[in-house]
Amino acid sequence: MVLEQQPAKKENGQMLAARNLTRRFGNLLAVDDISFEVEPGTVLGFLGPNGAGKSTTMKMLTGFLSPSSGTAEVFGHDIRSDSVAARRLIGYLPEGAPLYGELTVSQLLDFIADARGFSGAERDRRIADAAARLELAGVMQQTVETLSKGFKRRVGLAQAILHDPPVLILDEPTDGLDPNQKQQVRHLIREMAPDKIIVISTHILEEVDALCSRAMIIANGRLLADDTPAGLLTRSRYHNAVTLHVDDPERAASRLGRLEEAREVEVRNARVTVFPSEHGNLFQAVSRVIEEEGWTVQQLQYEPGRLDEVFRSITREEAA
Amino acid sequence: MSLRNISTVMRRELIGYFATPVAYVFIVIFLMMSSAFTFYLGGFYEREIADLEPFFRFHPWLYLFLVPAVGMRLWAEERKSGTVELLLTLPLTITEAVVGKFVAAWLFIGLALALTFPIWITVNMLGNPDNGVIVAAYIGSWLMAGGMLAISEALSAVTRNQVVAFIISVVVCFGFLLSGLPMVLDLFRGWMPQVLLDGVANLSFLVHFNSISRGVIDLRDLVYFALVIGFWLTANRIVLELKKAD
Repeated sequence: MVLEQQPAKKENGQMLAARNLTRRFGNLLAVDDISFEVEPGTVLGFLGPNGAGKSTTMKMLTGFLSPSSGTAEVFGHDIRSDSVAARRLIGYLPEGAPLYGELTVSQLLDFIADARGFSGAERDRRIADAAARLELAGVMQQTVETLSKGFKRRVGLAQAILHDPPVLILDEPTDGLDPNQKQQVRHLIREMAPDKIIVISTHILEEVDALCSRAMIIANGRLLADDTPAGLLTRSRYHNAVTLHVDDPERAASRLGRLEEAREVEVRNARVTVFPSEHGNLFQAVSRVIEEEGWTVQQLQYEPGRLDEVFRSITREEAA
Repeated sequence: MSLRNISTVMRRELIGYFATPVAYVFIVIFLMMSSAFTFYLGGFYEREIADLEPFFRFHPWLYLFLVPAVGMRLWAEERKSGTVELLLTLPLTITEAVVGKFVAAWLFIGLALALTFPIWITVNMLGNPDNGVIVAAYIGSWLMAGGMLAISEALSAVTRNQVVAFIISVVVCFGFLLSGLPMVLDLFRGWMPQVLLDGVANLSFLVHFNSISRGVIDLRDLVYFALVIGFWLTANRIVLELKKAD
């Protein structure tokens, strides 16, 4: 009987690894040969349309669902053959944050702490700590089923972080939260990020930008892109483009189109977007032209790239 | 298998029973029905015999409906609400979860059974019953409840619909209850060799319960109930392994 979390053995490699994870449901290939490795200090975002295989992948990483083939390793513990040891290192928030509705928050966290092997003062401290981080103090004696959606999600998160696991797998952690609560949860994740492996799934693109140090786009069960959010942005056709709002967009467009720094110009709703060519610095060139021509510019915007556009083009290519 | 993990699952389950009306409804109905059967159908007073035979005689039939009612929710509800994903990603084995739930429900039925003690006191006030026989019958009754519970728990893992789980469990328990009677044996008689036929007859809960409640706790009867419970808990583990994520 192991009461305390075992420190992971260094030589086993401190990482979460998916090795050719594949899952079939009947004829449906839900997850198709996904492999990756994640090191501590990473917040990995799974991005993908609904039904893309994000949750199925997470269910396999946590040992809940057996892969049809392939496996996952948590700090060297194989999730198929050494499942309990692997699960000890993981905190998991399942999709929809399912909880025992008839229990009070306090009873629920007691149960999780027991199951995680804590007892005595250590157990009380862990529960108090998790409750404090998710600001649950006011609802500890309420039954879970009477809580609002936001509180339920926070209880779900509290049970996941209770044992301070090195690996956190959070399926849509901010779903159903109001903007303030979303901010709070993101803050919590950022705070824990430096020494943990955190995997979140989301379909909110801004979340990837705000939280993740690495993003994977998954569609139809396949891993289509694995990059930093900044790296994904470079795939956008808007990457390094310049958008401006001027009085006479047509004239501005034809003038800017002659710049050697510009590849292409697009006019939409009185906005002119100039796309960069291979030569020089487009933003500086556009600024120069504005000054020379003496245009009145209401808005001038440098575009780092648009994640939604990258997401759409990658997942649509797949569908086509 | 860790006892600590089993007890963690068990306590969670028991807290759940008493946090909802399930426990109170079950206990009240069980006490009311077992008394009604004893006094009206069993003719407890009219027999003028100081024993609890009219009380225990109806337990199999009472359990036939009440035990599947306790067992039906054990996994079906977890699967429907998704909490099975929470439970089975904790560092527990499936066996510990299955056994923990079983023990909780069995203790709970045991509590309901223990609360029938006033009838034991009554019969002692009215005459001089053989209390050894009564103890044996209580044990037999609880073992039989355990057998039916193991069946119901396993079948509740088959579906996420509690009503379906209930109905299938009642039917299977009914089969196990009656397998010693001609109604079931006639299905097999004629084409099955006598050895197997005896085997089927020996599967009956009734045969073993009756034998214990006559006051003789035979090792064979104990082994029988242990095997039934062990078999169905193993089946439960396998079914859960296959169906948990569907």
